[in-house]
Amino acid sequence: MNVVLTVEDLGISFGSNHVLKSLSFEVGENEVLGVIGPNGAGKTVMLNILTGILKATKGKVSFMGNDITKKSVTERCRMGFGRTFQVPRTFENMTVFENVIVGGVYGDHLSERQAKERAVEMLELIGLLDRADWMAGKLSLLDRKRLEIGRALASNPKILMFDEVAGGLTESEVEGILQIVQNIKDRGISIVWIEHVLKTMREGTDRILCLAEGRNVICDKPDTVMNSKEVCELYLGAEEDEPRQKNS
Amino acid sequence: MDIIQAIVSGVLLGGLYALIGLGMSLIFGIMKLTNLAHGDLMICGTYICMVLAANFTGNIFLALLITIGVMVLLGFIIQNGLVNRVIDKGSGPSLLVTFGISIIIQNLLLQVFGADAQAVPNTFSSSNVISTQYLTISSIYLLNFIVAVGVIVFLSIIMKKTYFGMAIRASSDDATAAELMGVNTKRMYALTFALAMATAAVAGLLVGMTFVFYPSTGTNYLIIAFGVVVIGGLGSLMGTLVGGIILGLAQLLGGYFFGTGWQLVVAYIVLLVILALRPQGLLSKAVRK
Repeated sequence: MNVVLTVEDLGISFGSNHVLKSLSFEVGENEVLGVIGPNGAGKTVMLNILTGILKATKGKVSFMGNDITKKSVTERCRMGFGRTFQVPRTFENMTVFENVIVGGVYGDHLSERQAKERAVEMLELIGLLDRADWMAGKLSLLDRKRLEIGRALASNPKILMFDEVAGGLTESEVEGILQIVQNIKDRGISIVWIEHVLKTMREGTDRILCLAEGRNVICDKPDTVMNSKEVCELYLGAEEDEPRQKNS
Repeated sequence: MDIIQAIVSGVLLGGLYALIGLGMSLIFGIMKLTNLAHGDLMICGTYICMVLAANFTGNIFLALLITIGVMVLLGFIIQNGLVNRVIDKGSGPSLLVTFGISIIIQNLLLQVFGADAQAVPNTFSSSNVISTQYLTISSIYLLNFIVAVGVIVFLSIIMKKTYFGMAIRASSDDATAAELMGVNTKRMYALTFALAMATAAVAGLLVGMTFVFYPSTGTNYLIIAFGVVVIGGLGSLMGTLVGGIILGLAQLLGGYFFGTGWQLVVAYIVLLVILALRPQGLLSKAVRK
């Protein structure tokens, strides 16, 4: 497996609050890495560091073999990073089509014609082509989440970061998101996916990393992680077989 | 003055007011930055244009083109070299930077040109388009209005139809999300400031052609710009035109009904009433948070 992203001894502190203490992991090419952990474990902070929004206090982030620790958000996007947010941050005063086209023009330096073609392709992929001229602010939560994915895809990313993309959605809506994730994976894009919906993590990821108190507790195949003693104790509660009950 | 005259003059004056407020509205709309130096930068443009027309070009429109170039460059340098360095640290530091620029410009103008009132000589201010017993329309007032509408429509097209405008709107909606799409938001801010200074140069020339000015006049126009953008809605280009017209109308109708001494009082009472009833301005959407 070719490694796309390498995180080594990553740490960040806000005053005396050490949110991430020492985090190391790798993401392979075309791999979906799920990230789970209790609230306050540092999952979103980790994504913010990986995308350049926050600067790490220590550690190193490498992308395709290049040290990107000091690269800006914009530079990382142009290198191949895409991201969605827990609460969708679409450009609400712009149309769905315009939202997507910005990614193509500025994230991938496409010409006008190419950006339009890319936008149509992405809107088709996420199922929003029929609402291309809607204002993004008028979309439902599910559609705004889809739009964020489409917008990120338009910049031609090599790795996508999802922050609770299935959060707040119904079971059937989650199925739709899983299908989109599969389609993205089929395009050879790697994904780092934070989620609290464990069933989704089990079905939609290749490996799962469990974070707690700013460290990686375990990183392995979904079933191994879900049934591990560490996850039972640190994330789901004290009883070892509780996760199996919760996910059944 | 007949009421028709007051209404027509108010609307036309509103056009100039809209142009004065346009740059401030643009900067606030995109960067959420209140540019306290806006009036002084505009008057700086007026002086540059006056000097160029009188001593070098001999042609007011050629002088304007050069002034626009100078102001665009100045705007880019101010944003890129000063404001961008503090814009991430909240509104306070940026506000202080623009306040500092305002003081520097006023004192520089005072040193170079003295405190005497000046005007940009032109043929428009001394001629009328319509001059009847019932209605008089000054050429310069009509020119102000036409230019204001033209500039606002032109800017609206840039914002709506170009990728540059799209990137600016994306940066305004959510700067972090825009950066994640590859948009260099700091560069967009600098270009926005430069664009605002281009409009300030045009407004500055028209102000100089319409009224007398002196180094500290910028403060008066800053207050007018505030009124315009607050009434119309901060960040709304069409709102700026509406805000300018309402302020111009309120001022002239206030003068018609209560006497010229009440012009500004009435204008700012209208501003306060609109603020109380619709704090986000007439044409701006309420902020959803």
